[in-house]
Amino acid sequence: MNKLELAFFGLCSVIALLGAIVTVGAKNPIRGAMGLLSTIIGIAGLYLMLAAEFLAAIQLLVYAGAVVILFLFVIMLLGPSAQSKRDARGAVARYVGAAALLVSGLGAMALVMRTQPSTPTALPAVPPQFGTIESIGHELFSTALVPFELSGALLLVAVIGAVAVARGKQVDPTLLPAADAKPAQTPSPTARTAGQTKEARS
Amino acid sequence: MTVPLEYFVIVAAALFMTGAVGFLIRRNLLVLLMSIELMLNAVNLTLVAFNRQHVGGHAGQIFTFFIIAIAAAEAAVGLAIVLAFFRLRSTVRSDDADLLRN
Repeated sequence: MNKLELAFFGLCSVIALLGAIVTVGAKNPIRGAMGLLSTIIGIAGLYLMLAAEFLAAIQLLVYAGAVVILFLFVIMLLGPSAQSKRDARGAVARYVGAAALLVSGLGAMALVMRTQPSTPTALPAVPPQFGTIESIGHELFSTALVPFELSGALLLVAVIGAVAVARGKQVDPTLLPAADAKPAQTPSPTARTAGQTKEARS
Repeated sequence: MTVPLEYFVIVAAALFMTGAVGFLIRRNLLVLLMSIELMLNAVNLTLVAFNRQHVGGHAGQIFTFFIIAIAAAEAAVGLAIVLAFFRLRSTVRSDDADLLRN
């Protein structure tokens, strides 16, 4: 097995796994978003190893360029309240559930590894045109044309839905009676106190 | 000889379990959405790895392409829901999302 390839694989998978652990464990959501970014970059490197150059580029463009930025924008909009406080209510049940999932997942992994042959599966040689933009585009516009068009419709619906949900109620501030009453009201206490202090001084 | 298929699948399984555990133990809605993204990424990695073994077609990579598109739509709508929920309750804890209780 090629040493350099193995080193690149190890680097990418360590980046991805460390990023995943940071994403899950970070208290501050901004650190979590950075962990997600590192996971995405590691997985893009693994895609490159698997001869999926087009998908590696898409992964970096869509995930690192759009999804993580969207997360960061929302964290910025929420401000300090994006970091929810820790409390122990129901913590035991959640941790027991997570531990059960972890045990069953590791058990499934161990079972699968036992049925595997002792020599690892070698990947076949990459034919030319495998994973390139030309071949994927050809397949996308011939065999997968209908789902491709439907995904376009899905993205349109998602954009409209996201705007409709996130916009909330829009109120014209000039129609509010409190809007022009407030500036008149707020100076009065300060004016009164200023007057009082002036009186007291005199 | 290249890196064998099993290594990629093991990394993907570890990523998926990290995401699933994070989804179960965290209560910050933003972190829950990030955990979902982790799980989707792990599944994508598995699909691409198995497609690398069967180099006759691009079915796995096409699937991954669509999953990336759907994950982007899911993130956009999910974050919009988080914003709307924050406007309503001024919190992002998933435990406080009990508007329909009782």
